[in-house]
Amino acid sequence: MTSPSTSPARAGTGAELSLQQQRVRSAFWFLAPMMVALIAAAAWPLFRTIYFSLTNTTLSSLYEGEWIGLGNYLNWRTLSSGKTIYRGTLVDPAWWNAVWNTVRFSFVSVLLETVLGLLVALVLNAEFRGRALVRAAILIPWAIPTIVSAKMWAWMLNDQFGIINDLFLNLGIISEKIAWTASDATSMYAVLMVDVWKTTPFMALLCLAGLQMIPRDIYEAARIDGVHPVKVFFRITLPLIRPALMVAVIFRALDALRIFDLIYVLTPNSSATKTMSVISRENLIDFDKFAYGSAQSTLLFAIIALFVAAYIWLGKVNLTGENR
Amino acid sequence: MTFRIRSLIAGSAMFAVLAAGLVAAPVRAEEITYVSGAVGNAVEDFKKIVKPWEEKTGNTVTLVPMPASTTDQFGQYRLWLAAGNTDIDLYQTDVIWAPQLADQFEDLTAAAKDLAPQHFPSIIESQTVNGKLVALPIFTDAPALYYRKDLLEKYKKPVPKTWEEMAATAKEIQDAERAAGKKDLWGFIWQGNAYEGLTCNALEWIKSFGGGQVVEADGTISVNNEKAVAALEAAKSWVGTISPPGVLSYQEEEARGLWQTGNAVFMRNWPYAYTLGNGADSAVKGLFDVTTLPTGGGNDTSAATLGGWNVAVSKYSKHKDAAISLALYLAGPEAQKQRALIASNLPTIQSLYDDKEIAEKQPIIPQWKDVFLQAVPRPSAPTKGKYNEVSAKFWSSVHDTLAGKGTAAENLEMLEADLDELKGSAW
Repeated sequence: MTSPSTSPARAGTGAELSLQQQRVRSAFWFLAPMMVALIAAAAWPLFRTIYFSLTNTTLSSLYEGEWIGLGNYLNWRTLSSGKTIYRGTLVDPAWWNAVWNTVRFSFVSVLLETVLGLLVALVLNAEFRGRALVRAAILIPWAIPTIVSAKMWAWMLNDQFGIINDLFLNLGIISEKIAWTASDATSMYAVLMVDVWKTTPFMALLCLAGLQMIPRDIYEAARIDGVHPVKVFFRITLPLIRPALMVAVIFRALDALRIFDLIYVLTPNSSATKTMSVISRENLIDFDKFAYGSAQSTLLFAIIALFVAAYIWLGKVNLTGENR
Repeated sequence: MTFRIRSLIAGSAMFAVLAAGLVAAPVRAEEITYVSGAVGNAVEDFKKIVKPWEEKTGNTVTLVPMPASTTDQFGQYRLWLAAGNTDIDLYQTDVIWAPQLADQFEDLTAAAKDLAPQHFPSIIESQTVNGKLVALPIFTDAPALYYRKDLLEKYKKPVPKTWEEMAATAKEIQDAERAAGKKDLWGFIWQGNAYEGLTCNALEWIKSFGGGQVVEADGTISVNNEKAVAALEAAKSWVGTISPPGVLSYQEEEARGLWQTGNAVFMRNWPYAYTLGNGADSAVKGLFDVTTLPTGGGNDTSAATLGGWNVAVSKYSKHKDAAISLALYLAGPEAQKQRALIASNLPTIQSLYDDKEIAEKQPIIPQWKDVFLQAVPRPSAPTKGKYNEVSAKFWSSVHDTLAGKGTAAENLEMLEADLDELKGSAW
């Protein structure tokens, strides 16, 4: 690019520097649209939510909120009797109940989905006729919008007309109709079941991608050495797909921790299934406690960040894509 | 094609109006958007009801149907209004919303100065906030006890007057019918999902047991008392015996579904289920009747929660004149009569209760006048902007009680403490 006749003496170092600079510059321009989109779609709303959580904004006066510091998280006043009472999200039992519900739901659902997804992926990884068709078919639950599948399952789980009760009654598994989504004892199981049904294909797909990266010759070598298939799975397959699996689990955990639609549609608005997202939406909109709901949203963000950070640290997940 | 016909009609309507020498003819056809929850046949009925107005003014109305749950509707409307949404011109609002959304709606006092006095004063008052008429009533609602005439006759039982009597009758018929092979029959169905509808149901139990109305008109929190506890305990005893355990996830439409397939002896529901229950596809057509809700615990007056829907004009509408004209039409005698005839919705215009055609085709309506005149309002007026939270706390503690999480006494005591804290120094 540079003309050698104008500055022959510095041509060598100049070209080197400018090449590096050019790289940085073009990288910047390639990244800029994505950065702008990220700032507009993620950083700015997040910043606004955190800001709102430090004010007393209501939904009917969005721009008139006053700064009140951390009052939505924790505040206290001393009564005339000298007793101090604490208020705010951090001491709100309804909030901690929702956190517990969410964490419990996430742990169980991600665990089940990972195990089942891996099993499905192993089956799909085998060579058999019609494999492409089965691979496509298994993705259907994932492709149906959550609202639609939640409503569909709500009818299937309906205590009076539902096909599940009818099936179980005829098979003699249950003796009387169960109100799956209404009863506190079963509603969480109902949610878990539908979520597992819906998301297992997603996990299976990610696991399958990992499985297909494993070179076939390793398996051949194991077979020639006469290694037992179970041992092959635990010594070869699992360690080799571990990076892919860890990333898949992060995706699912992020998703599960902010679950809203399935619970909102499938179960009554009871404390047995209310999650962090459900309770913060309720405060934001239904109760016109916009700032309080923002504080809960901020905590939701913090809790998810904490979980993911702990997971990456404990699992030593390699997110850079470079070989160790 | 339809557009051309519409504009043709609009043109001729305009000509007719001008020819008659009247002023304020529509300048051009406008498209008005009306948003409303959709229960039963609401979408089809609405088209029939607005047709005369569309023909008269040349404007067209699009209905945006929303979920049946009033709680869900409210959340969406609040969001739209907070964002200053200009797409929606008119909102169909629940009777309890006026104090919470008053700032976002047009004042209809001047526009309705001739129409408002024709309505029941108490309903107009419920929609007036600080002297501003926020919404115009289009129909009112008070629930009834639906009962199966044929089954009561078969077992020679009178129509129950008390909850205790109702529960006993329901149990007896349910057991006998099940023994005779109707395995899916239930005694009594109602709305037990954790939402606004449970607040209505539970308020009726408590009030009809003589336990007050949760928060009294002067703002006192009265919910923690022995009669209220007795009322909730009675309701708890129904779940799993005369009411299916799934009733704790039922809203109006789930209950109606069970009723209309002939699987219930008694049902608590709003008047809209009367016409639908007598529809051609109903298994209980002609087999049922309605009466006032029972009383309980030795108390002698029954209670029906005052419901009802209104129409409000958005402050952000771009077609305010047309929207106000539509609101006046929907709240007027012509539309209300039509609504009463096709959907058995109770009019809010007093003179329609003496209307011969309504009395003939919907005999339930004249009977209902006294019921709703004595109806209990939900505590939306005294609790103002905090009503939703009060209601949510109330229905949560009732739902917990019914689901067996804590006793009625424990939950109501906690509720009292929570409400007290929410109230602070004043509502």
